[in-house]
Amino acid sequence: MSVVTQADPTTPAGSARALAERRPLGDRSFQILALACGLLVLVILVLIAVSTSQQASSWFTTEGWKIFTNNWNPANNQFGALAFIYGTAITAVIALIMAVPVSIGIALLLTEVVSYRWSRPIVYVIDLLAVVPSVVWGLWGIIVFAPWIGSIYASIASGVKGIPVLDDLFGAPTSGASFFTAGIILAFMITPIVTSLSREVIATVPQIDREGAYALGATRWEMIRGAVWPHSQGGVVGAVLLGLGRAMGETIAVALVIGSSPAITSHLFAPGYNMAAVIANQFGEASGVFRAALMGIGVLLFVFTIIINVIAHAVVDRSARKKRGG
Amino acid sequence: MPLGRRQRVATVGIAAVATALGLAACSSSSSSSTAASSGSSSAASSASSSSGAKLSGTLNGSGSTFQTTFQEQAISSFKSVQPSMTVNYGSGGSGKGRTDLSSGVVNFAGSDSTIPAAEEANFKGKTVLYFPVVIGPITLSYNLSGLSKPLQLSAPVIADIFQGKITTWNNSAIAADNPGVTLPSSPITIVVRSDSSGTTQNFSLFLMTATPTWTLGSSSTIKWPATARAGNGNGGVASAVKSTPGAIGYVDYADAKASGLTFASVKNKDGNYVAPSPATATAAADGVTIMPNLTFHAVWATGADAYPITYQSWVLTYATQPNANDAAMLQAYIGYLLGPMQQMSGSLGYAPLPANLDSMAKAQLSKITS
Repeated sequence: MSVVTQADPTTPAGSARALAERRPLGDRSFQILALACGLLVLVILVLIAVSTSQQASSWFTTEGWKIFTNNWNPANNQFGALAFIYGTAITAVIALIMAVPVSIGIALLLTEVVSYRWSRPIVYVIDLLAVVPSVVWGLWGIIVFAPWIGSIYASIASGVKGIPVLDDLFGAPTSGASFFTAGIILAFMITPIVTSLSREVIATVPQIDREGAYALGATRWEMIRGAVWPHSQGGVVGAVLLGLGRAMGETIAVALVIGSSPAITSHLFAPGYNMAAVIANQFGEASGVFRAALMGIGVLLFVFTIIINVIAHAVVDRSARKKRGG
Repeated sequence: MPLGRRQRVATVGIAAVATALGLAACSSSSSSSTAASSGSSSAASSASSSSGAKLSGTLNGSGSTFQTTFQEQAISSFKSVQPSMTVNYGSGGSGKGRTDLSSGVVNFAGSDSTIPAAEEANFKGKTVLYFPVVIGPITLSYNLSGLSKPLQLSAPVIADIFQGKITTWNNSAIAADNPGVTLPSSPITIVVRSDSSGTTQNFSLFLMTATPTWTLGSSSTIKWPATARAGNGNGGVASAVKSTPGAIGYVDYADAKASGLTFASVKNKDGNYVAPSPATATAAADGVTIMPNLTFHAVWATGADAYPITYQSWVLTYATQPNANDAAMLQAYIGYLLGPMQQMSGSLGYAPLPANLDSMAKAQLSKITS
């Protein structure tokens, strides 16, 4: 409130308080309303965190550090979730490796290469990719995409047989529903968000910087590297991290195509599992510690995505400060 | 810019419509099987005499996915008996149903198993009544061509197949169950459920009861061998079996039938190989020991014709209801499930309850009070 009064230059410093109290009723109630809305989000977030942790507490107390072992066997009351954490990391990394270069490429195409007239329809198409619901991706993935790509996996696996590292990554066992398929579907899903955020960041690069680079005799590629990239680097990294957050939390599409086998393996074409998918698949019949364990995986996922988002914001803020020369 | 904005709204709108159409197409194809079976008019006349007074209000239920088709059919034909009553059933799984009942979100729950000891505290000492409503066989569906007669399997062989110990079809243990049949040397692909399920729970309960060689326990989620393929829902397993030569999976009877799969005859407690069907499932339920609260396990039942992998599902509700109207509505609806719906269950892929069990369940209706 004090900020508001100070911003008013006509108000003598001494009477600031009196003026604040004389504020019209509508102004004050608007302020309270806006504050309440802001707080509501925070309160809901805290309530979710508290109640899910509470529901999950029996998992943490009965399993202790064993929650980070690779042993998920509800029939024997063993709930080690490492395989799911591994699966979340692997699928997200596969998705980023595929989506990030493509997204940045599209963003540069839209801002630096094609004219406004042509960039508009491309933006619409990419935005359309974002409105495809998750479950539709999943159904398409399992009914159309997985059987088709399964045969490609099998031929790659026979091709790399015996080659040291490649055999470990791309060798048998293979299955259409696998870590890699889930990664590809996730890549499709995060491309729109990474593209549009990167495009907006790149669009903020001052035109004068670009013209300056050209004036020094730079080619288009040198201009992008020398003028656009340093300016937008931080924002693009932030966009990528937001895409990573989405990839980690994406549930139903992944649950359908990941193969549902809690295994830690270097074989990317083998069926796997991840945190969001196991919650969706197994919650229906779970009870007792089993249910608490699934809740707990949710809490872990919540914590991981918060960390990713905090890092994303920190990176964006830092690059913004650097640009201002602070 | 205004032009651009309008264009965007239009494209998004088109996409939304297209998606909606796509979804509608998907859902209509999956629900057509339930809508196709009719016979509500005959059912209505026999039920109206038992329920008498007209009731109005809403009953909410949730739980077992095994019951979904049965409940959906019951809800639509029950409309003709009590037009001002609305019944809803959400199929989120047995565990969710029991949780919803204990937290007071629903009036009744559908569950494929009895309340586990770990959950009993949730019900705060209130009496929960069990009404058996459906039973059904779980098939072992396989994809092998060129067999001279249907496959026969015994429990120890099934256990070894699903534990990854038997890996080819011409294994001597499978051959011993199938004298005179030439089996291929192809590898076996086992197909299991990716989602937690009462089908998995009862299938593993059968193996645990029937053979000491089963070591993976009984639960709605099993730690399968890493070679197992997973499908979502009975339909997912059925389509995986159908598209994979050499595959075998456990699929509930209705879905196996609908997908046109071939299934094995399984050796029962009396030593006979019995094929899954509504009749052999009813025979299994006829031979079980029923507890006073109407709980039982239909797997590994005695009886010459009993199919050994038969499972059951109950409707769970509190004996003491908050008001008289809720009690009357529950009596009417559950009475309908135990009465006219039993004649219809065969055509929906379930097996009707044996007569003695059905009458015991009907007698228990009067215990629902307010």
